[in-house]
Amino acid sequence: MTAPERSVRRWQGPAVFTAVAVLALVAAPLLLEPFRLGLLAKYLCYAIVALGIGLAWGQGGMLTLGQGVFFGLGGYAMGMYLKLNDAAGDLPDFMVWSGVEKLPALWTPFGNPVFALAMVVVLPAAVALLLGALVFRQRVRGAYFAILTQALAAALVILLVGQQGLTGGTNGLTNFFDFFGRDVAADETQRGLYLLVAVVLGALYLGARQLVRSRFGRLLLAVRDGEDRVRFLGYNPATVKTLTFAVSAGMAGIAGALFVPVVGIISPALLGVVPSLELVVAVAVGGRFALAGAVLGAVVMGYARTYFSEELPDAWLYLQGALFVLVMALAPKGIAGLAANLVRRREARA
Amino acid sequence: MTEALPETALPETALLEIRGLEVAFDGFRALDGVDLTVGRGELRFLIGPNGAGKTTLIDVITGLTRPTGGSVRFEGHDLVGRREHEIVRLGVGRTFQTSVVFEELTVLENIDLAASFRRPLWSLLRRRRGVSEEVTAALETTGLAGLAGSRAGVLSHGQRQWLEIGMLIVQRPRLLLLDEPVAGMSSGERERTGELLTEVARDHTVVVVEHDMDFLRRYASQVTVLHEGRVLTEGSVEQVRADPRVQEIYLGRAREGAEDAVR
Repeated sequence: MTAPERSVRRWQGPAVFTAVAVLALVAAPLLLEPFRLGLLAKYLCYAIVALGIGLAWGQGGMLTLGQGVFFGLGGYAMGMYLKLNDAAGDLPDFMVWSGVEKLPALWTPFGNPVFALAMVVVLPAAVALLLGALVFRQRVRGAYFAILTQALAAALVILLVGQQGLTGGTNGLTNFFDFFGRDVAADETQRGLYLLVAVVLGALYLGARQLVRSRFGRLLLAVRDGEDRVRFLGYNPATVKTLTFAVSAGMAGIAGALFVPVVGIISPALLGVVPSLELVVAVAVGGRFALAGAVLGAVVMGYARTYFSEELPDAWLYLQGALFVLVMALAPKGIAGLAANLVRRREARA
Repeated sequence: MTEALPETALPETALLEIRGLEVAFDGFRALDGVDLTVGRGELRFLIGPNGAGKTTLIDVITGLTRPTGGSVRFEGHDLVGRREHEIVRLGVGRTFQTSVVFEELTVLENIDLAASFRRPLWSLLRRRRGVSEEVTAALETTGLAGLAGSRAGVLSHGQRQWLEIGMLIVQRPRLLLLDEPVAGMSSGERERTGELLTEVARDHTVVVVEHDMDFLRRYASQVTVLHEGRVLTEGSVEQVRADPRVQEIYLGRAREGAEDAVR
């Protein structure tokens, strides 16, 4: 490789990032009607979760099938604040309908926006740290870990549905009006929220990329490919995995919190086993070994889902499953892997 | 913890003291009362026929296998019950029979990762800038400098073993345990490994598990022979080779013929 080629390659990444950023921050808000922009904002929320999955699964080898749990914790933390804010000292509407007479103690601190926003990250990260500390220390991994995370998602749904008065049950938390002094449903607010989601995604992407390229990132790859060997380098793989898992959980929490004002609801159906799996499928399709692939996968699958559920609602789930199988069998590195191959082939020809 | 050992008032130079080590797998006694003392600065070869317990012994020292009895002391620390990475941090490093390097990482990154093991975890969040002196030195010593930027996945079998040794020495362990470093190597690679070993042994304490008698003759000084989970004898290469019991277990086996070799 000659020197100019190398410098071209060095600027390729930042150039693509800038182009995508301009597209997302300038072009999309100008060109898309509010409804479509709202959809994109929703997909970008999922993309934030996907970024975390890419980190935990693609880089760290932890197949997490329960990312919805962390998404939900972040979402409910935000939802609880918004409900209390709307109720302005009274009980949230659904509690009144469930016959609850006094605000449950669990809710009280979430009236404080600073506390609620902190919990958006702290709660998911703490749950992930606890789970990781218990599980990775005991060297539970692979399919066992995957099943455990899935069980956690199922358990959280049961918990939420069962506590109608505390959590809003199956309906979840919805009917939000005010978002930090603005009408949450106004186009203006929604456009601002879209921009916020896009900027947060961009920032988290850059942070995750820095993590992957750091020595810690090299260590994470090493843990993925040879956990037992890493022990004999004097590192504790359980710590590396637990921290990474907590970071990915924190990302899902942020995504959940942004999702609530964008979509206007957080409910058990949005964070159970199926949505968690759908995101893993999206990451696989986009390419789990590249962070950009994970993000791309979430957006592409989001659009595919919307398109197909409008056109042929019954077939979507099967199509999704078939796509997952095809990708795993034919292109295990997903869209990102195919793109990298194309670039390499063109370079080889040149 | 361990009882006083008046009869073996060990010289101060002892780095590793193993006493009465026992390991049983489902009733099979892989180690049956092994005593072994390795002095500071020694290059010790550990030999014995298949199933003699050589690898098991290394596994116990490094925390991979828990002994059913006995003690392992390293520089005054009891190693039994400690976890693998803690033992590495005390200064005991090892390689494996089938080398495990991180194929996705480059040769340089493999060694750099090994070299960074004492850094606090948060400091690993920064990117690597340049190449540290000790990493350069390890690349030079192992002769892998020319391959520094290549992915470890493309290395030959011999180069992988050298990379493993490079990853070891960059950690400056006080005790190196090498498990069959020349197994499956070509004669040229053996030669190179022998030189590397001699160089490493100059300023490290090294224990080498090896089958290869020819390699042993050329590079060994002190030899311990394990047989059926016990120490059969210890001494210089000449002493050990002259021992009729050693001849019997080795030559006897050899005469028995092909079935052992196949295994």
